Amino acid sequence: MNKKFKNPFIDQIWNGIIRENPTFVLVIGMCPVLAVTTTASNALGMGLSSTAVLILSNMMIAAMRKIIPDGVRMPAYIVIVATFVTITDFLMEAYTPDLYKSLGVYIPLIVVNCIILGRAEAYANKNTVGMSAADGLGMGIGFTVALLLISSFREILGAGEWFGNTLYTESAFFAPIGILVKSPGAFFVLAIIIAMKNKWKWNADKKDACTHDCLSCGGCGTDK
Amino acid sequence: MVELIVIVITAAFLNNVVLSQFLGICSFLGVSNKTDVAVGMGGAVVFVITIASAVASLLYDFILDPLKLGYLDTIVFILVIAALVQLVEMFFKKSVPSLYNALGIYLPLITTNCAVLGVALNNVTAGYNFVQSVLCGFGTAAGYMLAIVMLAGIRERCEGCDYLESFKGVPMVCITAGLMAIAYMGFSGLNI
Repeated sequence: MNKKFKNPFIDQIWNGIIRENPTFVLVIGMCPVLAVTTTASNALGMGLSSTAVLILSNMMIAAMRKIIPDGVRMPAYIVIVATFVTITDFLMEAYTPDLYKSLGVYIPLIVVNCIILGRAEAYANKNTVGMSAADGLGMGIGFTVALLLISSFREILGAGEWFGNTLYTESAFFAPIGILVKSPGAFFVLAIIIAMKNKWKWNADKKDACTHDCLSCGGCGTDK
Repeated sequence: MVELIVIVITAAFLNNVVLSQFLGICSFLGVSNKTDVAVGMGGAVVFVITIASAVASLLYDFILDPLKLGYLDTIVFILVIAALVQLVEMFFKKSVPSLYNALGIYLPLITTNCAVLGVALNNVTAGYNFVQSVLCGFGTAAGYMLAIVMLAGIRERCEGCDYLESFKGVPMVCITAGLMAIAYMGFSGLNI
């Protein structure tokens, strides 16, 4: 793997944001990408809460990597991740009730987001606590940036708003494309983004990204 | 009775699990290239979601709720689903080998299918009782099966078509799914 920065922590963060961006390069964890990107504020909330869970669970798994027996590591990871997700869920219910209501069932579903289990399996169980935290931070930021990008595209073109602030209203020249904020729009935007990625060959070396066979995380669609 | 039918129809069409709630997208995009594979996956999902929502509902009503442990639902449900899938797989292998051969390879994939956990959690949020939970689970899974089989059918027809090189693979599946989602939006006009 080529290093861009001398400091390994910064290099690992960079890796998550650009080189192995979970959404655009690895194409894993697509459910929240499609579901919560109707508005930029939802996307930011989802991205930050996933980042928090990702950093904490990566650190916890790295700290316990020598204690957890190999045969039961998956259930152990799931319990660790589920614990942090439950904590995040309560914090959001208490402090950001509006966001909590609009994200709904997708917050507890962070548990089954394969970015988190994937990074635990591919990175955190082989590396130190500090490096795993850097990996979690990088992946989390990469995920948040991807969500923000897709949601801005959908919210600005689809509703004429950004973070709930009206940018323009319907005029003779351009009207908001309502379909983009509805469910079909999510599929169309994703299709266009992945097609652009294919066009410019922004593909990472996928070898260490996902160690279990692709179908077990639902076959993120990258095996073709 | 009417209310129960409404639950099934709402779960299968109005709130279709993949096309309007975006749960289980990974397997929807990943294992929909052949119709028979899609039927196998759909069958396994119907089976697992129906049983999982029954078990989750019983657990919540008789253990978590009386002990005031409702806040543990996410942790408990995901472990129960993982264990349940393993059990179902072992049971099939021993006693119904023919069904195991048909569904076997798809069963382990379902643990990470977020639709299973999503349905179990939604049932709790909606306050459904046991019968309602099972029916909602069945309706959701039937909606999933319908969607994935239809998508696989469309993909088989598209196979020989000539389109842009960069749209090959996932992008074309997403466009197809988007067009299906537009068709499903029509169901929101159902007045039930």
